[in-house]
Amino acid sequence: MGKRGYIFLPGGFNKVIEELSKSYRIYAPVLKVGEGRFTDTDVVRYDFVKEASEIELDKKSDYSFKEILTPLSQTLFFFTENDVKESEIDEREVLVFLRSCDLNALKRLDQIYLHNGREEDYFYARIRDKVKFVLMGCAHSYEDCFCVDMGTNRADDLDYSFSVDYIDNRFHCQLKDSVLEDVFTNNALKEQDITPRFVTENETRVQLPDSVPLSIFTSDMWEEYNTRCIGCGRCNYVCPTCTCYTMQDVYYTDNGRVGERRRVNASCMVDGYTNVAGGGEYRKKYGERMRFKTMHKIYDFKKRFGYNMCVGCGRCDTVCPEYISFSNIINKVTAKTLEVQNEK
Amino acid sequence: MRNNPYIPFPSKILDVIKHTEKEYTFRLEFKGDVKPGQFFEVSIPKFGEAPISVSGITENSIDLTIRKVGRVTDEVFENYIGDTLLLRGPYGNGFDVDKYINGECVVVAGGTGVSPVRGVINALGESKDSKDKHVILGFRSPDDMLFRDDIIRWESQMNLILTMDKEAEGYTGNVGLVTKFIPELKLKDIETAQAVVVGPPAMMKFSVIELLKLGFKEENIWVSYERKMCCGIGKCGHCKVNDTYICLDGPVFNYVDSKSLID
Repeated sequence: MGKRGYIFLPGGFNKVIEELSKSYRIYAPVLKVGEGRFTDTDVVRYDFVKEASEIELDKKSDYSFKEILTPLSQTLFFFTENDVKESEIDEREVLVFLRSCDLNALKRLDQIYLHNGREEDYFYARIRDKVKFVLMGCAHSYEDCFCVDMGTNRADDLDYSFSVDYIDNRFHCQLKDSVLEDVFTNNALKEQDITPRFVTENETRVQLPDSVPLSIFTSDMWEEYNTRCIGCGRCNYVCPTCTCYTMQDVYYTDNGRVGERRRVNASCMVDGYTNVAGGGEYRKKYGERMRFKTMHKIYDFKKRFGYNMCVGCGRCDTVCPEYISFSNIINKVTAKTLEVQNEK
Repeated sequence: MRNNPYIPFPSKILDVIKHTEKEYTFRLEFKGDVKPGQFFEVSIPKFGEAPISVSGITENSIDLTIRKVGRVTDEVFENYIGDTLLLRGPYGNGFDVDKYINGECVVVAGGTGVSPVRGVINALGESKDSKDKHVILGFRSPDDMLFRDDIIRWESQMNLILTMDKEAEGYTGNVGLVTKFIPELKLKDIETAQAVVVGPPAMMKFSVIELLKLGFKEENIWVSYERKMCCGIGKCGHCKVNDTYICLDGPVFNYVDSKSLID
């Protein structure tokens, strides 16, 4: 598929979005004024939009795009007496606006839901088929980002329909998806070669460990998180690569014979994550959970699949109410690993 | 059409065997390949799903030995012969019984940990040199004993050591944890003898230590893990330990692999 570059005036780009929203649901970061965690703060999170002006192209989103694929709560099927009926799906295609880190995160979500184990996740696969992606270029690095060291600052080889960069009152788009060629050609100011913008350095740097000895898993370096971490799980909920969920049955109170089976996002940091019937519980301490999460993101996933899970978006650093920095933890693991290796 | 592994199928209860007040075996209709040590997700709409390991296999049925200890299992006990339970599975790798039937083998199991190895013990009892098979079974008390009829049969087939954690009125057999009896095992060739250990985490840990002390090779020791599993197919993440998904790569592990799993 050839790539074509287009320059749009704001009106032209708005027309494109208007046209696209006739056949696609458009899911993009939106600035929610006053809806932040603290009084008088804003938050950027994903929502469906109809107009280009609603899309937050400048700020970093506090939450990721993943909720379109793995909703916080998702009905899988309904029970009616003895019948099981699969939940319905919106048949319209979805166009998701995201940055390079998140497009790299998509590969990780696919890895777990489509390729881990013998079976595909049915409910993930059925929505995944309907979703296309729009790469939002990054003019500069944002607070807490460390995508460059994670190798996720570029998305050239990944699958996206088109890219968008807003530069000097013009929209610069690189189109890969030939289906959209007409609507782009009809509304563009001119055609021109375009490369999506990407960052080449971040203020936050991490050094990754290559192989982590078992002694790091049992090291006392995790103990500080027994008290610093409060196990709220926000780091997991904002993470674009976290995939865990818990099954839940809900029945309607007016009719006890009708209900549904749902799955809801789960967090390995929150109490109850490992509980088995009869009282068994693993990783009771927050420090153990912190170690589990960290190793999953920067070591265990790679051991299994060949590349790191963490994409360096830094959202977990931003959201943590206890100011625990994940990039800092990565550097601590690496320092400790080197220390252990040098002792030998 | 795409396969939906989450939709459970109904299975009729053929029999209910009561072991203790809280532990019943439900014999359920099932045709298909199953191995001891594998598990099914048993579900009851409104209450949810629970992973339960297979404790018996016939051509037309599977046994699920269930302990009444949670939301789902409490509800399972409200069901009787002729009723229907919903299932998904089987999941997990299960025990490779052929590894244990030739030569010497020791099975150490405690409490509900006996369920996943019941199929293994049955196969050992029917093997040609069943006298070279040793089974150590531990229960909290005589009231907590599972598979009483099987135990009588196993005693006649193999070297079976049955022990209770504590003294009990009217009970005259062995008393003490399973680990107490491991050093007393008499094995002909410790280099090739196989061992299978299943039970609560602490019991498994200390049993393996005793087996290693006795001279067992790490690669000849097999364990089975119990974890929370919401999906059974490597997606929900709850059972993950290090880079390992217990539901996919286990629940049965060789000790060489399991010793580096850190919760």
